[in-house]
Amino acid sequence: MAAMAMTIRNSASRRTMTSGPISGLRSMSSWWKNVEPAPKDPILGVTEAFLADPSPEKVNVGVGAYRDDNGKPVVLECVREAERRIAGTSFMEYLPMGGSVKMVDETLKLAYGNNSEFIKDKRIAAVQSLSGTGACRLFADFQKRFRPGSEIYIPVPTWSNHHNIWRDAQVPQKTYHYYHPETKGLDFSGLMDDVKNAPEGSFFLLHACAHNPTGVDPTEEQWREISQLFKAKNHFAFFDMAYQGFASGDPKRDAKSIRIFLEDGHHIGISQSYAKNMGLYGQRVGCLSVLCEDEKQAVTVKSQLQQLARPMYSNPPLHGAQIVSTILGDPQLKGLWLKEVKTMADRIIGMRTTLRESLEKLGSPLSWEHVTKQIGMFCYSGLTPEQVDRLTSEYHIYMTRNGRISMAGVTTGNVGYLANAIHEVTKSS
Amino acid sequence: MDSVFSNVVRAPEDPILGVTVAYNNDPSPAKLNLGVGAYRTEEGKPLVLDVVRRAEQQLVNDPSRVKEYIPIAGLADFNKLSAKLILGADSPAIQESRVATIQCLSGTGSLRVGAEFLKKHYHQSVIFIPKPTWGNHPKVFNLAGLSVEYYRYYDPATRGLDFQGLLEDLGAAPSGAIVLLHACAHNPTGVDPTSEQWEQIRQLMRSKSLLPFFDSAYQGFASGSLDTDAHAVRIFVADGGECLIAQSYAKNMGLYGERVGALSIVCKSADVASKVESQVKLVVRPMYSSPPIHGASIVATILKSSDMYNDWTIELKGMADRIINMRQQLFEALQAKGTPGDWSHIIKQIGMFTFTGLNKEQVAFMTKEYHIYMTSDGRISMAGLSSKTVPHLVEAIHAAVTRVA
Repeated sequence: MAAMAMTIRNSASRRTMTSGPISGLRSMSSWWKNVEPAPKDPILGVTEAFLADPSPEKVNVGVGAYRDDNGKPVVLECVREAERRIAGTSFMEYLPMGGSVKMVDETLKLAYGNNSEFIKDKRIAAVQSLSGTGACRLFADFQKRFRPGSEIYIPVPTWSNHHNIWRDAQVPQKTYHYYHPETKGLDFSGLMDDVKNAPEGSFFLLHACAHNPTGVDPTEEQWREISQLFKAKNHFAFFDMAYQGFASGDPKRDAKSIRIFLEDGHHIGISQSYAKNMGLYGQRVGCLSVLCEDEKQAVTVKSQLQQLARPMYSNPPLHGAQIVSTILGDPQLKGLWLKEVKTMADRIIGMRTTLRESLEKLGSPLSWEHVTKQIGMFCYSGLTPEQVDRLTSEYHIYMTRNGRISMAGVTTGNVGYLANAIHEVTKSS
Repeated sequence: MDSVFSNVVRAPEDPILGVTVAYNNDPSPAKLNLGVGAYRTEEGKPLVLDVVRRAEQQLVNDPSRVKEYIPIAGLADFNKLSAKLILGADSPAIQESRVATIQCLSGTGSLRVGAEFLKKHYHQSVIFIPKPTWGNHPKVFNLAGLSVEYYRYYDPATRGLDFQGLLEDLGAAPSGAIVLLHACAHNPTGVDPTSEQWEQIRQLMRSKSLLPFFDSAYQGFASGSLDTDAHAVRIFVADGGECLIAQSYAKNMGLYGERVGALSIVCKSADVASKVESQVKLVVRPMYSSPPIHGASIVATILKSSDMYNDWTIELKGMADRIINMRQQLFEALQAKGTPGDWSHIIKQIGMFTFTGLNKEQVAFMTKEYHIYMTSDGRISMAGLSSKTVPHLVEAIHAAVTRVA
């Protein structure tokens, strides 16, 4: 007893790392000495490196966040207005596990159509999610729990975090051909072969529009053929739609692939994100939906999605959902949003044209047709990792090593510099 | 085309959130919701703290604020301030950079991310949780891949702590097992160890190398003092050992729906803390990439301004005092009514919840006859009571105790 009292007194008076003669604490080492430092995230690590660079000429065409023509992040006017309306008005109570019903309803209209029969018939199981990542992860967890033997087919290449998501959900992964390096376009026959050769009833991850990282999308005819083959093989289509409106400027057009699959009778799943098209990145707002046979099944599936959300974060964050509901629920604000989305998409399309023309004007020996054929935020330039490294070390231009350029980071102010640098590292190819 | 999910069966209603659903469906004007743990004013209304409104306005009026992705680990100043809040401004662990703090989605998110990290990197995958505990705890740990065992905690006979049982069960736990500890205001019982008992728990745990994982959801909300409510956490950190802490701002800042919280991992060295943080980020990225900005911005705005911080402590004490007052009123009213039984646990227990000791049948009776909604384990949320509604509750308890076995 006395000895214990002594040790208590000792530990209280010596508050350093070497203190703690209590129960051999001094001799105990960390539980975590086996923990290795994790590799930097390949995408987010680029911005970290960019921020650390002191060069005044530096250009960040790494992470996919929109920039205006001055290279500045943008908060949409419709968002500012929505925030003004929200501030000071509402309680901050918990949302239901499935999130804001109003926000989810508006979000489904965007993906499935304003007058969708599936919405009318209440056949869609849908929950608010933590942006696109959260929607994909909830679906992956749901797939693991209810189709435990299944795998997920992922395109090559894809957003790198897709692999992490299905891995952490413990769903085995397979890949399917997608990008054709020679044409810098779609490897359509490779894709169709892989779809055909996959076992019946396989699960496929599809990018609804503006494929990340390549910017290469199937044409409408190609989507129809893919859908037909999916039907023949009874495959499940899970669409990741992170860029609706942001790709062509027209949300309806950007959802075409989904609408084709719906017309053809597929029961699909969709991940939707407002990170880019409403500029709500840090708010983490999105939606996961699964089209079911009937209302009863939709209620059932939704209840199970909620069971997966509850032990992850209990219920989703309020603020971003309030912004989305406010905007989409008000015709005027919604109209403003649509205009602003088109402005962003148009600026990017304009930069693609300018970049391509600049490279051609510089007399590049290579073809840069793909810069304007590809769509959305990213351009898969075809640059090799070594060329990318040169761009960074010699020109302070930051992008991911797969040669993916975020067109949103290109401005009238830096496009010339960028074209020149790309030309310099590729002209001897 | 057949659905690939036609094998899916309907999940049961969440036992806690389901109470509010039932309450909402009840047309009776006398209905009383003592279910979910969200604070209510004397008028029975939700409360947004004044200081939160001010922070909100500040954010909305600042045109330089953007909505970019925040880092995977969350807002840096939020993380630093959160660690300070729970560990104390003068904590050597902070001064020595031994704390890895990651912004997460409230308490739930912090627990889940911490549990996933432990599953991947810790040598033991069993976690001991108190009996009873918040209904979501076992699910969080199970989904993270940890196996759940229970240690005795609540003594129905005394409506207090089964301290002997707790010491025995933790004493029998395998070396290195993870132990979930409610930092203060145990949910659902409101029963906390005394500071002497905490010291004994600490010694026992350190002697068996048990890893503490604190759930701190009520700092400041329990006693009214942020420092007092952090006492248990701080004695563990003061001994130089390691632990995990899940912090929530849902109740103490009333930010429920904004999902603001933090996971802190106190390590032996700065080097280890840095590596640990990098690995926790790998858990977060495939879950939701990065946490939401809004709630954390509000918290950081408040914590970094000494004026707003002070105002917050006053409002926080106001909420805690109202709850302590309700406990007193309920206890005195039951005494005055002569309701059979010893009701002193109502004023001995602390925090938002009281474990009344009423059984399932009595609870069902109170719901049916008196339109009083609570979880079937007899837990009532004191935050849902007001001076006006205490008499109704007393009637109901009296009737239940005298008429239902």
